[in-house]
Amino acid sequence: MPKQIILAAHFPGVNNTTVWSDPRAGSQIDFSSFEYLAKTAERGLFDFFFLAEGLRLREQRGLIHDLDVVGRPDTITVLTALAAVTEHLGLAGTLNATYHEPYELARQLATLDHLSGGRAAWNVVTSPGAFFGANFRRGGFLDHADRYVRAAEFIATARTLWDSDGGDVAVGNSQFDIRGRFGVPRSPQGHPVILQAGDSDGGRELAAEHSDAIFSRHHRIDDARRFYRDVKDRLAKYGRTEDSLKIIPGVSYVLGDSDADAQEKAHHIRRLQVSPQTAILLLEQLWNTDLSGYDAEGPLPDIDPVLDEDDTIIKGRAGMYPDRLATARDWRARAEAKNLSIRDLIIEVTGRQNFIGTPARVAELLNEYVQTGACDGFILVPHLTPAGLDDFVDRVVPLLQERGVFRTGYSGTTLRENLGLA
Amino acid sequence: MTLHLAVALTGDSFDAGHWIRQAGLADDAGLDFMTFEDRFGRYGPDAVQVAARVAPLTRHVGLVPVATTTHTEPFHLSTALATLDWVSRGRAGWQVRVSTDPAEAALLGRREPLPAEELLAEAGDAIEVVRRLWDSWEDDAIIRDTATGRYIDRDRVHYIDFEGPHFSVKGPSIVPRPPQGQPVVAALAHGPQVWDRLDADVFFVTPSDAGDAARHVRRIVPEKKVFADLTVGGHVPTDAATFNGTPVQLADLIQNWWTVSGVDGFRLRVTDVADVTGALVPELRRRGLFQPSATPVLRERLGLGPAVNRYQEAGRA
Repeated sequence: MPKQIILAAHFPGVNNTTVWSDPRAGSQIDFSSFEYLAKTAERGLFDFFFLAEGLRLREQRGLIHDLDVVGRPDTITVLTALAAVTEHLGLAGTLNATYHEPYELARQLATLDHLSGGRAAWNVVTSPGAFFGANFRRGGFLDHADRYVRAAEFIATARTLWDSDGGDVAVGNSQFDIRGRFGVPRSPQGHPVILQAGDSDGGRELAAEHSDAIFSRHHRIDDARRFYRDVKDRLAKYGRTEDSLKIIPGVSYVLGDSDADAQEKAHHIRRLQVSPQTAILLLEQLWNTDLSGYDAEGPLPDIDPVLDEDDTIIKGRAGMYPDRLATARDWRARAEAKNLSIRDLIIEVTGRQNFIGTPARVAELLNEYVQTGACDGFILVPHLTPAGLDDFVDRVVPLLQERGVFRTGYSGTTLRENLGLA
Repeated sequence: MTLHLAVALTGDSFDAGHWIRQAGLADDAGLDFMTFEDRFGRYGPDAVQVAARVAPLTRHVGLVPVATTTHTEPFHLSTALATLDWVSRGRAGWQVRVSTDPAEAALLGRREPLPAEELLAEAGDAIEVVRRLWDSWEDDAIIRDTATGRYIDRDRVHYIDFEGPHFSVKGPSIVPRPPQGQPVVAALAHGPQVWDRLDADVFFVTPSDAGDAARHVRRIVPEKKVFADLTVGGHVPTDAATFNGTPVQLADLIQNWWTVSGVDGFRLRVTDVADVTGALVPELRRRGLFQPSATPVLRERLGLGPAVNRYQEAGRA
């Protein structure tokens, strides 16, 4: 039997991938939108639904960012409510190991696992810096080097609590000192599925030691294969087999009746994702300075980026540009070679549509990734709320099923079983 | 004018079906709300999540989980309860609780227990932060203005800039203002240290008889809603008066207390909602004392009136 593809549905998030200006775009906060996408994913027999977490509204130039979707619900509360309107779908969410405490979070995840019949999953992230900390008791002063220590000890502490079967625990490590009765009996999955998204060497090592799946950002097939190999090769030293850690990149797609039709649609979506105002803001994220005086339809700035990584122009988003000067040189060269405006250039360099074509073409490409060691499946990020996944479920899923690479019914009762994890 | 009727559940079940049945009984009987007991370290599920789990499956009953202010992040409390209000479409409440128990502090491991007096002050600060965050988005902050490319009007989203001895919170919330504006805040109150100091909308009091209930009502400011707690069945003494007898006798007692004292309603502490909905509710309805509300929004149902947004008002002043 060919390798089976994992599929997940990402609720459209607070970045410019989500097109709110489309007349079909629905509410980002009404429960009906979450229910609709989750039910669509379950109709398509997806493995899980995914929701990111907000800890503070993003800011740029010291002001609340107003061009993208802003605002989202509390992760664990919406996932628990979704358990009421779905039966098989896994319920995954990001919950930050810096701004939650192990006892409380482990209890919430175990509660979700009980109340959903074994469908809980946790994407572990950590955040350094004072920006998010301004909303929390503990403040923001987690040293950058301690990020993975805290994440690893948080996960280990949570596992100790889950293993207690509701009984007494005592944990002492560099980050936590807790003792007492956990109070939650063993949940259907024992341990909720653990995802991890870090991409650095430390993040990969953490995932190899502790995680069940990686939410990766490598979607070019050569990159994806290198990443896949790198991470899977780290497993042996922890006594783990290759299929015990699933690699699932976040990807977007556009379907058309012909490949040309799909390309045209993709271009239209890109124009909606990058308004003139958004083009300037995205350019500022590399240049790290105020570019509001520039015309989005005009040429790139001839000044160099500002290299102050302690005071970046955008707050509340992970750093994206390790070498600002080199990236700026590259962007300028591209713009000059093709005579691109700022907006055209941004549309080209920030593109996130990974699979564009007819349903048959997209199914073929997805399957190629999975069968040739680039990934184990995909977290699909639709650009429309809440109906952005309808066409995929209606037109691509049946083709994957015909190829024998995607389930025709849920076989397990828990998420862990459906993912093929022990 | 009829009385309000609520139930308090202390269930320890991890079976979703149990909670769905209990909430369904309360929903069908038209009870005003149900509270879900909770504390850290107990054997039992997280109460906010239990409320969220039954929210999409109910249409009427208000959902009021206990959530502790000691040890928790006010920011998370605010966003979780706002989200409960979104998923229940305007039926969320919050019963505030403080924890003086060293065993709970040890589970969180963050700090030693504080004196009770200080915990109440901290709870007051937490309520203030939670409420400010609920107001930090004006109702019309989301504009989706394609001409200017703006999704929100950032002038309608506000920093709360709270600073206190135990925490400071910058804001704004990540969650748009919930349907009720301000979900209903409730607290169990054994005395003025709670009802005079905590900014709750509803107080659960524990009078010993009808006269005592009247004394409670006189001591609490009239804007607050006062519910008398009664433990239904059982022989273990609790902080509330315990009733053992037939449904008709319980209806007699409720009628007497309500007539004499002027409480707004009753919260019946039960192990099974059927103990209330089976015979008592029909009896109270027959007597014209209880009538399920036609109002779907919990605040309005309790007569609390629309929640004015403090930031919107400040902007207009």
